[in-house]
Amino acid sequence: MVLDLNVSIREKNNVPIIDLEGEIDVYTYPKLSDALKVVFEKFPQTKDLIINLGNVRYIDSTGLGVIANGANQISRLSNGYITIINATPQIRKIFDVSGLISTNFHMMENEDSAISHIAGSHNS
Amino acid sequence: MSEPIKIELTIPSISDYVGVARLTASGIASRMKFSHEEIEDIKIAVSEACTNAVQYAYGDHVGQIKLVFTIQDQYLEICVKDNGKGFDVSAPVEEASQDPDKIGLGLGIVFMRSLMDKVEYKSSVDQGTEVVMIKKLSVAHSADM
Repeated sequence: MVLDLNVSIREKNNVPIIDLEGEIDVYTYPKLSDALKVVFEKFPQTKDLIINLGNVRYIDSTGLGVIANGANQISRLSNGYITIINATPQIRKIFDVSGLISTNFHMMENEDSAISHIAGSHNS
Repeated sequence: MSEPIKIELTIPSISDYVGVARLTASGIASRMKFSHEEIEDIKIAVSEACTNAVQYAYGDHVGQIKLVFTIQDQYLEICVKDNGKGFDVSAPVEEASQDPDKIGLGLGIVFMRSLMDKVEYKSSVDQGTEVVMIKKLSVAHSADM
């Protein structure tokens, strides 16, 4: 079993997307922090950021803390939001227990639904 | 009623080894036939207890975190103990959770309390911290033990 986190950054329809693979804990969370810094430097005006948790098997409070800090940052920078996609039921449960979802970020089923939702919100 | 089985693990208080504690907890819980969801709950609770010890127990130097897993017929008891600086359990924790290098302390305790059946915290200044957590086997699983 791999106790590590792989991070990659891409862009779709002008929306930055961070793809994560592995486990997010006190050892690996700096990689996610670094990725968020890169995104906010490269896309300082973006109102949306998608974080793809489809290949994340584990997340704990340190990972949620980083994502919550990212959500606060994008809110300050551009009044924007982070959208979480492809979360497994167990990871959704952790977000639910944390009580962070409604205040800090959106949760969508997959990339297509997230992109459609973001496009719709900008057109409205 | 069987004799309890104890399994002990000691890790250094550095973040690299929290995953090892989590994997150990996962293996023991799996052996006890906890459900997949319950195993994930136990992994998070163990990880959170170890993370708190890594981030707060020993300051800048490395100490030890001792885990004792006690397998009982009806439940798993997990004790996570450090010999670090400890803290006043009656003091608020919000201040620490604002530190970007020590993310998630408040949530960690929320997770332990939400995902386990029982959690007890014992800590006092300069005498370390001990967290004892219990996860009960559901009736269907415990009948197989």
